[in-house]
Amino acid sequence: MVIIKDGKCDFCGCCVGVCPENCIELYEAEIKIIDEICTDCGKCVWACPFEVLELRITKNKKDELI
Amino acid sequence: MAFGKNFPKFDYYDIVVVGAGPAGTTAARFAAMSGARVLVLEKDRDVGYPVRCGEAVSHEGLVQFIEPNPKWIASTVRYFKLVAPDGTVIKPNIEGFGYILERRIFDYELAKLATYCGAEIVTKAYVNGLIMNDGKVEGVKVLLNNSEQIEIRAKIVIGADGVESRVGRWAGLNTTCKLQDMESAVQMTLTNINVEPDTCYFYFGEKVAPGGYLWVFPKGENTANVGLGIAGIYGRQKHALSYLEEFIEKNFPNASILTVIAGGVPCAKTADKIVTHGLMLVGDAAHQVNPVSGGGIISGMIGGKIAGQIAGEAIKKNDLNLIFNYENEWRKTLGQRHERYYKIKQFIYKFSDEKLNEIARELSKIPYENLTLKNLFLTAVKAQPSLIVEVLKLFI
Repeated sequence: MVIIKDGKCDFCGCCVGVCPENCIELYEAEIKIIDEICTDCGKCVWACPFEVLELRITKNKKDELI
Repeated sequence: MAFGKNFPKFDYYDIVVVGAGPAGTTAARFAAMSGARVLVLEKDRDVGYPVRCGEAVSHEGLVQFIEPNPKWIASTVRYFKLVAPDGTVIKPNIEGFGYILERRIFDYELAKLATYCGAEIVTKAYVNGLIMNDGKVEGVKVLLNNSEQIEIRAKIVIGADGVESRVGRWAGLNTTCKLQDMESAVQMTLTNINVEPDTCYFYFGEKVAPGGYLWVFPKGENTANVGLGIAGIYGRQKHALSYLEEFIEKNFPNASILTVIAGGVPCAKTADKIVTHGLMLVGDAAHQVNPVSGGGIISGMIGGKIAGQIAGEAIKKNDLNLIFNYENEWRKTLGQRHERYYKIKQFIYKFSDEKLNEIARELSKIPYENLTLKNLFLTAVKAQPSLIVEVLKLFI
């Protein structure tokens, strides 16, 4: 899953623009990733200008990838 | 409507615009001018803030939409300087001039123009879904003031929701930006620095800004927007902020940082489809950005104007199918040119640092009078003969 590091986000929307699942919600100064839809593709993590996001592959998702 | 309450006057409009940036308010202005009932919804508490922009525009582009006003112009720029990885500086001979804006005030003025033409604007209105019926967009779902969920019906929705571009995706348009096309950007407004108030600097190179460039845009005598964009794919090794911090530490060690902002620029071709039943997309949401420069203010306003006029006409003539003309109009006006720029971008960013230095050395031999952007481009092509074929393809 993708973890949002506290306090670092600038709410710029870069991650939302590259998310193929459209599963990131951004409202003024709040960001939320809908885990059930997220496929852990990691694009949002690389696109983030501030290094706010971190990809932690959970066991279940890892199994699916293999 | 209760006085002072942040609430739309009606629950039904001819046209609802999502997003109050330059593209959205320009669309609203031109739609309202034709007599349509128009509402603009902005998710933030402010129009024009936070600014997520380098703030540079050309005079020629700007005057199509608004008379330049010192209230929102920080600097007038007449020169460009391009800096190669080895520090070689090239000064192209550019026609015309441009401005570095104060977007915070500029966006307000554009919003005011839209309201003078009859549009209504509501802030703190977060659109979190569309009302769909039989494949047609018939309105928006809105969270108002972070507390109240309402629905607003509309004959036409114009998505001007910026880089996030979710409105289009809810209606089935593919507006997801490819990672390699997303410029991941950071900018700091620095003061207590020495800048040339009439010159924009652009720095290139793998170590400065891979897959993008770094800019220094003056805002008066001793202040500047210093920012950079890197192609999203490079963020895997190192994020945009680290690149910028390194540059500033080296080049402006005594600067005070007035603000730090992040942003994303969809440096892509226009999205494949920017219209569907009841929905039009404008600005960054439609990827109406110059893919080489990343400039999107004027392009977005051009898209906004075309969309607003066509939407207004569709309402007036009571023929919603007219909105499908927007796609073609946009491509004729700017979209086709952006496709060509996109191809140019793809080979510009293939240049290695050595190649860029070599091109810069060639260019530095050309006297200023002859160093037009066209000659600059031709010299770059000559330095890399394998590109000639690719360049030819652009024009065939």
